[in-house]
Amino acid sequence: MSKPKVAFYWCASCGGCEEAVVDLAEVVLDVVEAVDIAFWPVALDFKVSDVEALADGELAAAFINGAIRTSEQQEMVELLRRKAGAVVAFGACAWLGGIPGLANLSSRESILEFVYRGSPSVQNGDGGVPQELIDVPEGRMTLPHFDETVRTLDQVIDVDYYLPGCPPPCGLIAGAVMALVEGRLPEKGSVLAPDVALCAECSRAATKPEDLKLKSFKRPYEVIADPELCLLAQGLVCLGPATRSGCGAVCIAANMPCTGCMGPTSRVIDYGAKALSAIASLVESEDEDEIAVLAGQIADPVGTFYRYSLPASLLHRRVEPARVSEGTAS
Amino acid sequence: MSEDASKPFEPKIVAFFCNWCTYTAADLAGISRMQYAPNVRAIRLMCSGRVDPQFVLAALSEGADGVLIGGCHPGDCHYQEGNHNARRRFELLRLMLRDMGIEDERLRLEWISASEGDKVQKVCNEMTEQIRALGPLRLATVPRWSADGDHDRAAELVKQVTS
Amino acid sequence: MLEPEGGLTSQPISTNGGPRIGVYVCHCGLNIAGKVDIQAVVEFASTLPNVAVARDYKFMCSDPGQELIERDLRDGLVNRVVVASCSPLMHEATFRKATAKGGTSPFYFQMASIREHVSWVTVDNDDATAKAKALVAGAVRRVALHEYLEPRQASVRPDVMIVGGGIAGIHAALTMADAGKHVYLVERESTIGGHMAKFDKTFPTLDCAACILTPKMSAVRAHPNITLWTYADVVSVEGFTGDFTVRVRHRPRYVREDLCTGCLACIDACVHKQAKIPAEFDEGLGKRKPIYIPFPQATPPVVVVDPEACIWFKTGKCPRPCIEACERDAFDFEQTETFEEVKVGAIILATGFKTFDAAKMPEYGYGVYPNVYTSLEVERLLNAAGPTSGEVVLRGGGKPKVVGIIHCVGSRDAKHNLWCSKVCCMYSLKLAHMVKERTGAEVYNFYIDMRTPGKGYEEFYDKILKEGVHMVRGRVAGVTDEAASLEEEGRLVIRAEDTLIGSVRRIPVDMVILAVGVEPQPDAQDVRRLFNISCGGEGFFTERHPKLAPVSTFTDGVFLAGACQGPKDIPETVAQAGAAAAEVLAMVDRGAVVLEASTAFIDDAACSGCKTCVGLCPFGAIGFDDERKKASVNEVVCKGCGICVGACPSGAAQQHLFTDAEIFSEIEGVLEYV
Repeated sequence: MSKPKVAFYWCASCGGCEEAVVDLAEVVLDVVEAVDIAFWPVALDFKVSDVEALADGELAAAFINGAIRTSEQQEMVELLRRKAGAVVAFGACAWLGGIPGLANLSSRESILEFVYRGSPSVQNGDGGVPQELIDVPEGRMTLPHFDETVRTLDQVIDVDYYLPGCPPPCGLIAGAVMALVEGRLPEKGSVLAPDVALCAECSRAATKPEDLKLKSFKRPYEVIADPELCLLAQGLVCLGPATRSGCGAVCIAANMPCTGCMGPTSRVIDYGAKALSAIASLVESEDEDEIAVLAGQIADPVGTFYRYSLPASLLHRRVEPARVSEGTAS
Repeated sequence: MSEDASKPFEPKIVAFFCNWCTYTAADLAGISRMQYAPNVRAIRLMCSGRVDPQFVLAALSEGADGVLIGGCHPGDCHYQEGNHNARRRFELLRLMLRDMGIEDERLRLEWISASEGDKVQKVCNEMTEQIRALGPLRLATVPRWSADGDHDRAAELVKQVTS
Repeated sequence: MLEPEGGLTSQPISTNGGPRIGVYVCHCGLNIAGKVDIQAVVEFASTLPNVAVARDYKFMCSDPGQELIERDLRDGLVNRVVVASCSPLMHEATFRKATAKGGTSPFYFQMASIREHVSWVTVDNDDATAKAKALVAGAVRRVALHEYLEPRQASVRPDVMIVGGGIAGIHAALTMADAGKHVYLVERESTIGGHMAKFDKTFPTLDCAACILTPKMSAVRAHPNITLWTYADVVSVEGFTGDFTVRVRHRPRYVREDLCTGCLACIDACVHKQAKIPAEFDEGLGKRKPIYIPFPQATPPVVVVDPEACIWFKTGKCPRPCIEACERDAFDFEQTETFEEVKVGAIILATGFKTFDAAKMPEYGYGVYPNVYTSLEVERLLNAAGPTSGEVVLRGGGKPKVVGIIHCVGSRDAKHNLWCSKVCCMYSLKLAHMVKERTGAEVYNFYIDMRTPGKGYEEFYDKILKEGVHMVRGRVAGVTDEAASLEEEGRLVIRAEDTLIGSVRRIPVDMVILAVGVEPQPDAQDVRRLFNISCGGEGFFTERHPKLAPVSTFTDGVFLAGACQGPKDIPETVAQAGAAAAEVLAMVDRGAVVLEASTAFIDDAACSGCKTCVGLCPFGAIGFDDERKKASVNEVVCKGCGICVGACPSGAAQQHLFTDAEIFSEIEGVLEYV
């Protein structure tokens, strides 16, 4: 019996998810034995035409990482969706938008303007900006369309499963692949990680007081954190309480607070809002002015609470101001 | 969300009122026949401390142009500390929403005691006017993919939290 | 322990096929119908998901109106109910009952307020109709997700404990004992009576404190329903409202309480021929022996041996004539402290107050000049059973010819206590009267404001004025023995600005009485932790609501009476004690506490042990299991505020009737359409 075929593909991503597969180390041999990788641009020399030549559904699964920002990415994931029995959104970017998702705080124009013209380190003679279509002596050249908004994978195609993490922990990757191969996958739409927050796994949980109250928030560079004590109790914004476990709390083991890459539990619909609520509830003050000051100590709240999940949030992206010409009475 | 171009913009404001003070004050406004803008739709909670920032975002993403949270004055909370928690969450949420381009006037926290029916009237009228001047909230609509293209967002939200 | 009450609910109606919602729109006469297009709302409601039936009626709260609901439920047409009418604060209970009568959970019900929130406050009819539709949509969406909840109760144990045997504790104990309840009255000292037992006369009537107090003290001792434990204190409290387990420590008197008759022969027989130990009850002015009784009417009338002073305990060598003198053979020098556990349904704290330590104000010379006294010391001097048999005799000997009484010592003072202690003006006037009466001295009262608000208090003030007591309005700067004139030689001088005449005065006196203020007991923080209540900023116990719930606390089942909650005089103390007794009686007689329906609950599997919720609960209702690393909500104590639910970062905590899903769906509903 032939081995199930799988594909790995990357969209708006950093390559870390690819490395995570490689990080399986010797386990990758088990993976390679269990499945046939039919498409993996970073590592193997298959072409898009090879994928197009497959029958619909011939791939057992497509593991797609990265968020969707360009028309090329959209076309590729739509292609893989047709050809795959199951699509797994691999990593925080595919599930929630990831760090690329923070681009949703800017507009397409401002990004292009900054990168190609405005950045202090750019020298761009005629100030040209990439065009989707340009005719040059050699012929017509095209570039994919660069979307206004970063989207998650399931905002573009139907997704069957989600593997969280930035990148997903090796154990979860191996588990997901084996579950697929052995036909053991849970119900469609599931996130393939424990549905309980990180504190359950964290070795420092016992040191967290039951009535924690914070008078100030610190950033990691401002303190030398005690390696035995709960980081939140030390005033660092650790999002462990709001974030899924399954990663072994490796960041905490490195004495760094959790930044939320494993995403929310199934009971939460907006990660950033819930994480914010938990952190805010710890503020020790009843005075309105003091509370405002303490809240202000959290640098860049969007970046802190929606670091990996802005496109998936209820607001998706920064709001444009209402256009004056529409709708107002006078 | 399509709007009839000939109709002027009417803000939709969702309010979360605490049972003991603000909801009661709204009742008092009713009993006293104080007339105010119909744009505010109140949802009753036992305490402003129940207000989860997810509610605020859900309201904004479902079509509200503004959200009002009403609770007891500090020191008067029926449950002693709920309103303080509301304040703490509100302050941080306001800063975050500001960075998301949402004007401060769209999210408001008011302490309204059970005897302040007139304050309910005043705040509802004021907030409606302010948001009317600001215009509708221009949220990006990025629907989740669904098989029939037309999705029931409520069913989704709900399915996600009921296990 | 949680027994679902039978009564209101019967077998659940099967929800085959899912929710079938009945929407009932009330006209409320013309109150709603005059503004809102009822038919349009009914038609709209019938288009909403899961709505099986949509009706309207003139007065839904009436019997026929409720009957509409009950009948539709019984006929199986609907299994959930939405009523669009007045405010839920008005009729939610009414319609929940109707829903229950129809045969299902009373909580399969939601109300939309289209009167107080719509018809009565909206100008334009179309706007009103649109808003009504929105609120109905919210209610319909929401009720589809309601859980099948049953009203729950927890039983209340019939016995009651009162901690503190002053006038507050005594009055509460007698009230409840007379009502047939078994009361444990626990008092730390060897006798009940509290501060009041030390006074001579009480304002404004000048009745003798002992005359009004001692009959009550005897009644306590004699009452078959009161178990009086003196020389005892509480060491731990477990459990929660209706079911407390209290551990009490009995300290050893070395005399058997059940045998001693209070004949006091042992005191006479003691090897200490003279009383030399400063008597605590007499504020150190009198002396006692190592074996003593605090005052003649001590209740119980049982002596106490002080092991720090008794020669037998200190050296092991004493012939102990006390043992022989005792005809009842009541001595037991082998006694040790013992512990006892009792289970009670409610607890009243009546632990009283302490007076401000006047030594903290060295400018007034307390502890420096022998003839500077606190008010409590003077009470003992004036008391006929006190160290001077009721004569006002100075420490240095002789009687005073001029007395100065300084108000507000330690009170209304940014350096000490900010509050007004409420009773000092009145007792200072009383002391002025009594000292003048006993000694004929000139009396000066130095006050900031004269606070005499109670019944008969202003009249009392008038009386004292008419007796020729001198009133100087000004805060006393200091008391000194440095004479500035011949007249001041050998006397104490009070310096104060007399603000009414605008000049600084020096008034030579023989005796200074400091009207010390009222403070929380020194161990108030320890006590409040023991009982899981809180203290306010000043240190008095915190009441649930200063106006509407002054005798209860945020901990269900623990009540307050008397000065432990804040400075107050005897009439108020007794009134408050009666109030606390009444609330306890209501609880105990009902036999059950109705639990909040909208309690929080934590999904055990989902809980990560992050502890975010635990410290947020104002009522201490969330417990944490350190071994399993899980939090859980005590549904008996939970009051249903939802603070923990809003904060839970992983959605493991939810609130019955206010789950996230229910609220999200309500938000959807009210925004459903333009």
